Amino acid sequence: MIFLAMHFPISGTDISPVYLVVIGFLIGILGGFFGVGGSFIAGPALRAVGMHWNYAVGTDLAHIVGKSVVAAKRHRALGNVDLRLGLIMALGTIAGAEVGAQLIQLLKRLGNVDFVVSIVSIVIYFSISFFVVWESWKTVRLQKKKGGKAAKGRQAKDESSFAGLTNTMHRIPLWPMVSLPTSGIKAISLWVIIVVSFVGGLFSGFLGGGAGYIRMPMMVYILGIPTHLAVGTDLFEIIISASYGTFSHAIKGNVDILVALVMNTGAAVGAQIGAILTQYFAGPKIRLFFVPLPVIGAAIVLYTLFTGHKL
Amino acid sequence: MKSDTRKTLFSFLGELVVYGLLVVAYFFLVLHFLGGWLSHLDKQNIKLYALVSIGLIIGQAVVLEWVTTFIFRLLRGRSE
Repeated sequence: MIFLAMHFPISGTDISPVYLVVIGFLIGILGGFFGVGGSFIAGPALRAVGMHWNYAVGTDLAHIVGKSVVAAKRHRALGNVDLRLGLIMALGTIAGAEVGAQLIQLLKRLGNVDFVVSIVSIVIYFSISFFVVWESWKTVRLQKKKGGKAAKGRQAKDESSFAGLTNTMHRIPLWPMVSLPTSGIKAISLWVIIVVSFVGGLFSGFLGGGAGYIRMPMMVYILGIPTHLAVGTDLFEIIISASYGTFSHAIKGNVDILVALVMNTGAAVGAQIGAILTQYFAGPKIRLFFVPLPVIGAAIVLYTLFTGHKL
Repeated sequence: MKSDTRKTLFSFLGELVVYGLLVVAYFFLVLHFLGGWLSHLDKQNIKLYALVSIGLIIGQAVVLEWVTTFIFRLLRGRSE
């Protein structure tokens, strides 16, 4: 019975294709809507059905590439992708991912990698969630206080309570300055973009996955990119960095492409739905809905830490 | 629901269904024609396997969407 379990010879696992399609579909919706890879769900979901840790990480990255291509194409059609920003960010992300991976190797040699990574990820996940809740709630309230009939969906002005920080970042006069007309930014130092993407990449290499949960909020609050554009551009940037990660994992024998293709059948459809849904929500609302994602990530790490059972 | 919105929604859902079917068909074609070869490649030539993997996953996304768009353009052209 193909719907019960199917043998995947590359990784040597037996997994139900229906399970893979459903997981892919759910992650696809999240990815299309929030601009994240969804590895904090996909990784544990693959390991839960007996896939080895190394295959789960590599295969998850491969499926992220496919899903991000679909979602980014849809976002591009909706005018939500800043290609120039995405290409610059890809450089910083790849460099950061390499440094993050080297940090992991260093901690492995010191012998306390699991504990350090767990604590860092819990602190990061909870900090992001609290911060985004606080900021989005403040912004939504500010918009209500201003009164008047607020526009809905994409038409609503994408305000942020953190505009002060964004303006300070835009004023850093570090040569070379670049303009991002698609994102509505007249001038910003190239180094600010590189640092933001480097930090995202660092967490990607250090904690695993695409680290969209940290890059998307940083793009909004630090670079001042409108939320819809941050989602679309993050997806575009994920295509480049996840392709690099997939290739790197594949040559180490960590990718089962057949599993990734099955997951992508669901993810490709889900990603299109997620991308279209962004059109019906204003920026602060999207950011507010984003909050449970890092909390789920933190819950998984806490579970692993207390039970010793690696999800 | 306004008729324009309904039309757009149905068009999107139609594209999604066709795309979904193509994606599933693509997987079974890859499994049938390339499954054994990929498994062999993973053990014999890992660099080529890595390149083929990326090509297959991007192909699934790009080519199939292109095919879906082409089918719908063809159908719209006939109905007009």
